[in-house]
Amino acid sequence: METIIQGKAYVLGKNIDTDQIIPAEHLVYSLSDPEEVKLYGKYALSGVPIDQAGLPTGQIPFVEEGDFASPYTIIVAGPNFGCGSSREHAPFALKVAGAKAIIAESYARIFYRNCVDGGFVIPFETTEPLNKTVMTGDELAIDMENNTLTNLTQNVVTQLRPLGDVVTIVQAGGIFEYARKNNLMASNEA
Amino acid sequence: MAQTITQKIFARAANRKFVDPGQSVWLNVDVLLTHDVCGPPTFDIFKQEFGPDAKVWDPSKVVVLPDHYIFTANEHAHRNIDLLRQFAADQNLPNYYDVGTERYRGVCHVALAEEGFNIPGTVLFGTDSHTCTSGAFGMFGSGIGNTDAAFILGTGKLWEKVPDSMKFIFEGQMPEYLTAKDLILHILGDITTDGATYRAMEFDGEAVFSLPMDERMTLCNMAIEAGGMNGIIAVDAITEAFVKARTSKPYEIFTSDPDARYHSMYRYQTDKLEPVVAMPHSPDNRATVRSVAGTPITKSYIGSCTGGKLTDFMLAAKILKGKKVAVKTNIVPATVLVASQLSTESYEGQSLRHIFEEAGCDIALPSCAACLGGPSDTVGRSVDNDVVVSTTNRNFPGRMGSKFAGVYLASPLTAAASAVTGKLTDPRDFL
Repeated sequence: METIIQGKAYVLGKNIDTDQIIPAEHLVYSLSDPEEVKLYGKYALSGVPIDQAGLPTGQIPFVEEGDFASPYTIIVAGPNFGCGSSREHAPFALKVAGAKAIIAESYARIFYRNCVDGGFVIPFETTEPLNKTVMTGDELAIDMENNTLTNLTQNVVTQLRPLGDVVTIVQAGGIFEYARKNNLMASNEA
Repeated sequence: MAQTITQKIFARAANRKFVDPGQSVWLNVDVLLTHDVCGPPTFDIFKQEFGPDAKVWDPSKVVVLPDHYIFTANEHAHRNIDLLRQFAADQNLPNYYDVGTERYRGVCHVALAEEGFNIPGTVLFGTDSHTCTSGAFGMFGSGIGNTDAAFILGTGKLWEKVPDSMKFIFEGQMPEYLTAKDLILHILGDITTDGATYRAMEFDGEAVFSLPMDERMTLCNMAIEAGGMNGIIAVDAITEAFVKARTSKPYEIFTSDPDARYHSMYRYQTDKLEPVVAMPHSPDNRATVRSVAGTPITKSYIGSCTGGKLTDFMLAAKILKGKKVAVKTNIVPATVLVASQLSTESYEGQSLRHIFEEAGCDIALPSCAACLGGPSDTVGRSVDNDVVVSTTNRNFPGRMGSKFAGVYLASPLTAAASAVTGKLTDPRDFL
């Protein structure tokens, strides 16, 4: 897998819940039909109130009207990202829109599991409130080997928390790939 | 070594004597729950990963309860029901509750209890964050995503980190103006929406054990609003009577050891607590109803897994009997059984249905309805700048439909009192 993830930052506040990530009315589309899947990209983060969208200024949609993908690939947010419902459509929508990683101070459990086990986007944690200093549009680079974040626009390097236990699942690309590698796919009786 | 009730359930499901908080273990799953929003993508992943002809690990342990987008003209929503039906037929699933048939039940968390799937000591995972509701039965219930659910479908197992436990003790008796919703909104105001992330929330104390199962389910339902992995209440005679009336399956009762280790303990003098709301736009944005009384509302909504059970409607009827509502008021029973109970159960000689109709409420068919907004034709969906008082569990921006609406989460007593006046109103004004 890639060891450097580089791209433009999209900055959000705290407690970004799954209704803001993908509003419930859009959960009806297929997650396997390639044409319908694009709609998840179109509506990714469309529930965020516009004054909170793309901080510090706000008023910056994650995906422009009429587009199906975002120019931003790294989401930077405060604590409790992904709280609320269990919908896996949330990390899926972020991935479809083109996001590769999230850097937040903390995550809600189900969203975190979904990111890791589904292999959608990589959920990094930071101990610093980076969403207060990083600006939407900054060019960022995450070094997965050294767990560092470099803000190329502001020329600042920050340490991220190691992924810990789940790093092997992230490296495998999801729970199924991990389980196959480790012979965990046997049935309950085995 | 001393363990909490949640640790003991984990230990049983992991075939161990003892598990430590923080340790990751593989659990044998007793029941997997899914519904119309997350079932179809879960089944897709299952087929993709285990093969087109693969069979689920145990058909009797898979419960499929469509409930989210039922009474809508949305064609994609209908297609999702068709996909559930097809999978249930292909896999011979005995516990599929099809829409448009007499097997249809309604909101999954309430139906699970009614149908006897909530069994003390067991492990339930569901593709819905409010799966924690079932913890009211002294069992482990927790929400997961589609990928994890597909993994369980094929293997009957899932990895999970053993949670630390937090204990919330409600001492003394419940005053008549308080409900379980007030208790959990109090907790949320104290610990906030990530105060229990990755932890078990154990509810204890005389007031908790005085509550009927409906109310205990309301407490556990909103553990997820604090980020909790699960909510849990030990089994007592009330639990056992409820369970035994619905299933003959054997079960094991676990209790927390007196010297079990807790992350933290919170104690409340229940009779000192006041009715509260969670103001827009977060379930932890607590205020006493009195402090915001008089705030004009445009809608009152009484329904959902947390606020659409028989007990919720009994409480609302206490206030609505002989009154007229001043704003649009939706009564949305969680299940078909609750809907029928509106006709068979009465308060002071009148059926609940009669009381609500006379008051001018709109009674809807049982489903999740506008609790999560839903397709544009969903009954009760918020529009424009609606200000809603609601017995549901979330009030994040746009949750009930309109991004510009504000939702006050409240008890059924507060929602009913506010419906009558058209303003946020403390239920004590009517009791």
